Amino acid sequence: MLYFSKLRIIFITLFSFLFIAIASSNLFKIDDDFFDKKINLGLDLQGGSYLLLEIDNAPVIEQKLQNLTTTIRNYFKDQNIKINNIKIEGENIFFNVDDQSKQIIIDTFTDENSDINPYYPRFKSHQLNIEDTGVNLKVNFSKQGIITLKTSSQDQAIEIVRRRIDEVGTNEPNILKRGNNRILVELPGLDDPMRVKSLLGKTANLTFRFVTNNENDSFGVEKLKYEDGIDEAIVSKRIIISGDNLLDAQPKMDTQTNQTIVSFSLDRVGAKRFGKATSTGIGKQLAIVLDGKIISAPVIRDTIASGSGQISGGFTFQSATDLALLLRSGALPAPLDIIEERTVGPDLGQDSIDAGMIALAIGFLLVIIFMFVKYKVFGLITNITLIINLFILLGILTLFEATLTLPGIAGIILTVGMAVDANVLIFERIKEELKDEKNNIVAFDSGYIKSRTAIIDANITTLLAAIILFFMGSGPIKGFSVTLGIGIFTTLFSVYFIARLFTSLYVSKNRNKENLI
Amino acid sequence: MIAFNKYYNHFNLISTILIICSLILLVFKGLNFGIDFKGGTLIELRSSDSKINVSSLRDKFSQMNLGDVSVKKFGNDTDYLIKFENKDNKKNIIEEIKINLDKSFGNNFNFRRVENVGPKVSAELLKSGVIAISLSLAIMLFYIWIRFEWQFSLGAILALFHDVIVTLGVFSLFSLEINLSIIAAVLTIVGYSMNDTVVIFDRIRENLRKYSDIKIFELTNISINETLSRTIITSVTTLLALLAIYFFGGEILKGFSLAMILGVVFGTYSSIYIANTVLVRLRVSQKTVLKEDDQI
Repeated sequence: MLYFSKLRIIFITLFSFLFIAIASSNLFKIDDDFFDKKINLGLDLQGGSYLLLEIDNAPVIEQKLQNLTTTIRNYFKDQNIKINNIKIEGENIFFNVDDQSKQIIIDTFTDENSDINPYYPRFKSHQLNIEDTGVNLKVNFSKQGIITLKTSSQDQAIEIVRRRIDEVGTNEPNILKRGNNRILVELPGLDDPMRVKSLLGKTANLTFRFVTNNENDSFGVEKLKYEDGIDEAIVSKRIIISGDNLLDAQPKMDTQTNQTIVSFSLDRVGAKRFGKATSTGIGKQLAIVLDGKIISAPVIRDTIASGSGQISGGFTFQSATDLALLLRSGALPAPLDIIEERTVGPDLGQDSIDAGMIALAIGFLLVIIFMFVKYKVFGLITNITLIINLFILLGILTLFEATLTLPGIAGIILTVGMAVDANVLIFERIKEELKDEKNNIVAFDSGYIKSRTAIIDANITTLLAAIILFFMGSGPIKGFSVTLGIGIFTTLFSVYFIARLFTSLYVSKNRNKENLI
Repeated sequence: MIAFNKYYNHFNLISTILIICSLILLVFKGLNFGIDFKGGTLIELRSSDSKINVSSLRDKFSQMNLGDVSVKKFGNDTDYLIKFENKDNKKNIIEEIKINLDKSFGNNFNFRRVENVGPKVSAELLKSGVIAISLSLAIMLFYIWIRFEWQFSLGAILALFHDVIVTLGVFSLFSLEINLSIIAAVLTIVGYSMNDTVVIFDRIRENLRKYSDIKIFELTNISINETLSRTIITSVTTLLALLAIYFFGGEILKGFSLAMILGVVFGTYSSIYIANTVLVRLRVSQKTVLKEDDQI
C-alpha cells in the first residue's frame, strides 16, 4: 500500500494542480468560452425569484367541451341524425338520440379513423370516451385525451411565458416544464419581482365586442364589469377581433388628450373585420374586453379601415407599457396560478455569501488547528490533503458549472469536518498496529488495509443519504446534496492518493523512527 | 479502558424514556411546521429607521387582515421575520403590505426575502420530505442488511430511529421550525449516525472472528474503546464545522446546523449505547458471524 510508482506520483500531482487551476479560474475573467467556467450562484446567493406556476386547465376543458357540443351537433346533422337535449355537466357532455342512431354514433366515436374523435395509436386510446348510460349518451375526455390537452396547453403557455419574460429583459431566465401542468421560472437578479408576477398572472385574453341592449342577440350576451369593478355593461358574445389578430402593440402618448394609450395594428383578417364592424356599427359602443373585464367601450364615430387603432382607459405609462407587452406576446391558453414563490433580494444574497464564507473559513481553521495539535506531522499531512480536497471539490463544481447554494456551502463545510474521518480511521489503526509491529512500514501497510472496509462503509452510507436528497430535494437543498455527494468522492481520492503519497514519503524516510505517530 | 458496558442498562432506560417523551411530544404537541410544509407567506424585512420596533410593526401587521400573523426579530435589531397563512392565496398581498407599510412608517423597509407556498405545494413538499426520510431509512436498512448479519441491522436501525425521533422531539419541545433544510439535516444525520455505528460494528465483527472466548458484553466494550479516539476526533471535527455554521453562517442556516449538531451528538451516543446493547441483548456470538462466512 505504501509504494508509489513515479508515473503515479506525476499523475497525482498533475491532477491536483489541474483542479487547483480550475478552481482558481472562478477568480479570473477568461475570454474563452471553453475555459471560462464558473460556479453558478443559486438564487438564494445572487438574489432573484423562483416561481412555480400551475396552469388552470379547467377553463380550457370547459371551452373544449363547449366547442365539442357544436361540433357534435353539426357533424351528425349532416348525417341526418338529430341530437337532442345536449348539455354539459361537470366534465361530461350528455345528449339523446333515437335508438337506431345510437349505434351509429357509438361506432363513429370508436372508429380509429373517426373524424371527430382523434385516435392516438401510440397510446391505443381515443381522445374521447363515449358511454351509453341507458338514459342518454355520455361523452368525456379519456385519460389520454386530458393528458394531450394538458401537454398542449403547457407547451403554449411556456412559449407565452418565455416571450413575456424576454420582453421584460431579465438576464438568463430559466424556464422549465414541471409535470404536465406546471412551469418553473427562475429569474436571477430580478429588480422588480412584483411586475413579473403581475405580468404572468394575467391571461391577456383580448376581445373587441359590441355593447348591446338586445338580450336576444343570436350569439348570446353576458354582463361584464369594468376594470373599476363597479360599472357594468351587457356585451355580445360575438367576437369582432381578438388578441390573435394583433400584429403589434405599443404604449403611446396621445398628443390631443395628453393621455397614455396603447396603439395597435391588426393583421389582414383583423383589419378587414375591424373595418366592416366600424362601418356598420357607427354610433354603437365597442367594448374592449381583457380577461373578462371591460377596459373601455368607446363609441364608434368613423370607419377605421387602416387596421390600426388605439385603446385608452386611464392608463399610467407603466400600465400601458405592460398591457402592450402582454398583447404583443399573446394570450395564455389558460390562467396561471403562482403556487410557490421564493424571492431573495440581492443584498440578502450577498450577506449569505459573506456569512457562508466566514463560516467556511472558521470551520476550516478550527478543524486544521485541531488536527495539527492532535497528530502533528500527520495532522499536517491531513491538513494539506484537506486543502487540496477543497480545491478539487470546488474544481469539480466549476467544471460542471454546478449551482452553489447556501445549503451547498454548508455541505462543503460539513465535508471539511467529515473528510478527516477517513484519515483518522487510518491513523488510529496504524497506532494500534504499531503496538505489536515494530516495523513501521509493515504497520502502515496493514493500517491502510485493515481500515479500508470501515472507511468504504462509512462513506457509502453518507453517499446514499446524499443521493436520496438529490432526487427528493428541491432548489437549495439539491445544492447541499451535490456538494455533500461530490465531497465524498474527492475525500476518498485525496485520502487514498494524496494523503497516502505524503504518508509513504514520510514513513520511508523515517522507517526506523520510534513513536512515529 | 473505559467500562462503557457498565452503563448499558442505565442508558437503555434513559433512551427509552427519551424516545417515549419525544413520541408523546410529537403526538400531542406536534411539530412547528414552517411555510414549506404548512403553506403561507414569509417576509424578511430590514428597516432603516431605528425608531421602528417589533411591537409597532406587530400592531401594524395585525391591522392588515392577514389572519394569524407572527412578527419576530430575525438575527439583529433591524431585521424582522413576518409569517402568515395567506389563506385566500391573494395574489397582490406583498404589494398591499408594501403600500400599507409605506403609509405608516415611510419608505423605510427593504424586502429582503419573500416566500409564498401554496397549500398544494406545501402538501407535496411534506409528502416528499416524509418519503425521503423513510426511503433513506429503508435504504440504510437494506445496505446494512447486505453488509452485516440481521442482529447488526436491527441495532443500527434502532440507533437511527432513536437519533431521528429524539432530534425531532427536541425540535417539538422548543417549537423550533421544521422546514426543507431540516429534512436535509435529518437525512444527513441518518448518514452520519449510520457511519458512526458501522465503524464500531466493523470492529466488533473483526473481534468476534479473532476471539472465541470473550463474551459479547465484554467484546462490545473492547471494540468501543478501540475505536473511541476515532469516534471522538470525528465528532469533534464535525461539530467544529457545524458550530462554525451555527454561529457564523447566518440566520437561514441556524435551524439546519442546530439539527445537525443534535444529530451528531445523539448519533455518537446511540452508536455506543443503543447499537451495541442490541447485539448484547440478542446474544451475538462468534457463531453469528462464522455462520455467515460459511454461506459465502
